[in-house]
Amino acid sequence: MTSYEPIHESAEFESFDELYEVSEQEGLDVRTLTPRQLAWHRYRRHKAAMISTVIFGILLIMVVFAPFFARYGVNEPVIPISEGPNQFLEPQSVAWFGTDDIGRDIYSRLLYGIRTSIFIGVATGVIAVLIGATIGSLAGLRGGRLDDRMMRVTDIFLAFPFLVAVIVVREFLGGVAFLEPVIGDKTSIRFIIVLLAVFAWMGVARLVRGQVLSLKEREFIEASRAVGASERRIIVSHLIPNSIGPILVALTLVIIGAIVAESTLSFFGFGPQPGSGSTSLGNLVLLSRSGATQGNWWLVVFPCGALVLLAICINFIGDGLRDAFDPKMDAGR
Amino acid sequence: MLRFIVRRLLWFIPTVLFVTFLVYVAVRIGWDPVKTYVRANPRASDEQIAKYREVNGLYEGFGGYIRGYFEWLWSFVQGPDHWSRSIKGGAEVWPTLRYSLFNTLRLAGTAAVLGIGIGLFLGVVAGKRPGTWIDGLVNTTAFFVGSIPPFVSAVILQLAFAVQLGWLPAAGVYPPGHEGFDPWLMAKHMALPVFVVAIQTIAGYTRYMRASLLDVSSADYLRTARAKGLSERAVLRRHTIRNSLIPIATVVAIDIGALMGGLIITENIFNYPGMGVFFINAANDGDYPKLMPFLVIITVSVLIFNLLADLSYAYLDPRIKLD
Repeated sequence: MTSYEPIHESAEFESFDELYEVSEQEGLDVRTLTPRQLAWHRYRRHKAAMISTVIFGILLIMVVFAPFFARYGVNEPVIPISEGPNQFLEPQSVAWFGTDDIGRDIYSRLLYGIRTSIFIGVATGVIAVLIGATIGSLAGLRGGRLDDRMMRVTDIFLAFPFLVAVIVVREFLGGVAFLEPVIGDKTSIRFIIVLLAVFAWMGVARLVRGQVLSLKEREFIEASRAVGASERRIIVSHLIPNSIGPILVALTLVIIGAIVAESTLSFFGFGPQPGSGSTSLGNLVLLSRSGATQGNWWLVVFPCGALVLLAICINFIGDGLRDAFDPKMDAGR
Repeated sequence: MLRFIVRRLLWFIPTVLFVTFLVYVAVRIGWDPVKTYVRANPRASDEQIAKYREVNGLYEGFGGYIRGYFEWLWSFVQGPDHWSRSIKGGAEVWPTLRYSLFNTLRLAGTAAVLGIGIGLFLGVVAGKRPGTWIDGLVNTTAFFVGSIPPFVSAVILQLAFAVQLGWLPAAGVYPPGHEGFDPWLMAKHMALPVFVVAIQTIAGYTRYMRASLLDVSSADYLRTARAKGLSERAVLRRHTIRNSLIPIATVVAIDIGALMGGLIITENIFNYPGMGVFFINAANDGDYPKLMPFLVIITVSVLIFNLLADLSYAYLDPRIKLD
């Protein structure tokens, strides 16, 4: 049995570079990694997250270039009605995922629908993160009354059943006449983004606040205060970069939350109607309602399957990010 | 403790008044029954419209909202017999609401007991041996199931078990035309809705419980308990599970909102005549005499469950003092 002798103790080195070089020849990985690189390494180890990233990436390419991947236009029937019945066709070679009540291809419509829905999700996510991170870090940093009030309001909103609150707020926002030029009609995409962002920022604010509360006691914040950094500078260049992990996780949660919420609202007839040139996942999921009772299984399976696939992928990506930025959670896996 | 409860209960009154006022204004701004009335009766004279406003308490302007709110509030506190009648159809609100409330309580109660019970059990099974295959299986399954929106599982189950296989009824509490009480028939109708709400709850609680168990599992008092010579079983039962239930209790109390959301969706898909169907109907009609009592019930139950959350926290964790 050969005894193992660590090389850095057995030899003398001129510099660290030489030590690294010799160590690498010995097959040891001694490079120092930045926290971001460490996070990326941990993310790559999360198999489900990596698979989800690949699937989501493919899906994203397909929907961004939807006109290339779709087989028919949004409103184009698979075969003209004059050449034979095209309604409620089962999946077959002319329509891979079947057709709907007026003979349109579900596969092509799904691509366009997912495109709209991902846009709604990402837009809601970006708005919610911008507002939530600003308010959350201000509340956490300043504390006191602002903090108290904000948390009280957030608590009440979060405790209220989401669907009830969102429907009441939807009608309310739609009823205020002077808002219409800004946020659009109740059935527009812009409106649904604003509506969902109204609810989504609070969760983000809460999370960032918690993060800031623990960060603000740390030495590097104290140090930047001591050299006279402004509150704005502390937030922008210290607090936010150091909470990027939780913020990214929150972003994934908001995105998928918004996509599901859009579908749920559409399912009950409170969703957006994105006009004749486009559609949304919610509008397609709505088909499954009549599809289920009439036994047209493809109208249920494909739209709902797409939604579930998106939800699972984005949730796993969020889970991977959580593990990547929070090494403490490693033990639990 | 008693002082804390009394003070919180007293705070309920202004909170409920404030929230209901906000909701009243939001509902009045959001839904305009007068518009619907004018659309249905295009030749209605100004007097008729004014009378319609008067009868239903739909006064105009912000002052009108305040007047309307207090009139509504006065009739509301006098009891169900005096509640404003629904605008569409002029029917009394309470009988339908009561019927819906009981249907929902039955559905929610069954689903919550099943869901929380099974969820906690699975969470313990997974969290007891972190990193093993059983932990991975339970945790991943819970993750998958938790990612499925409730309306998706509802339509898929409806398609599979009610339409294709025909084992269970697709909608309602009883078949059309049925009269009287029949527990077996009722159970069959409730099976699918309960299942849909319960699997969401199970997925959630499995993950909460597992995480909470793992949090506790490195605590010093567990080492002490093992050092005393307690068996692993006793450590798990008496120390680990008990302590990991503390955060869960709070979640249970606050989760009422999520449960209610799941119920609205499920009830509507299965056409189960509960609060969810009641709400969506009222929202579609824009009927504030129907919406308001519903929202009062929701607000009060949110407040009560929040109070219960605080109380359960203090009761379970002796380190926390309420004052």
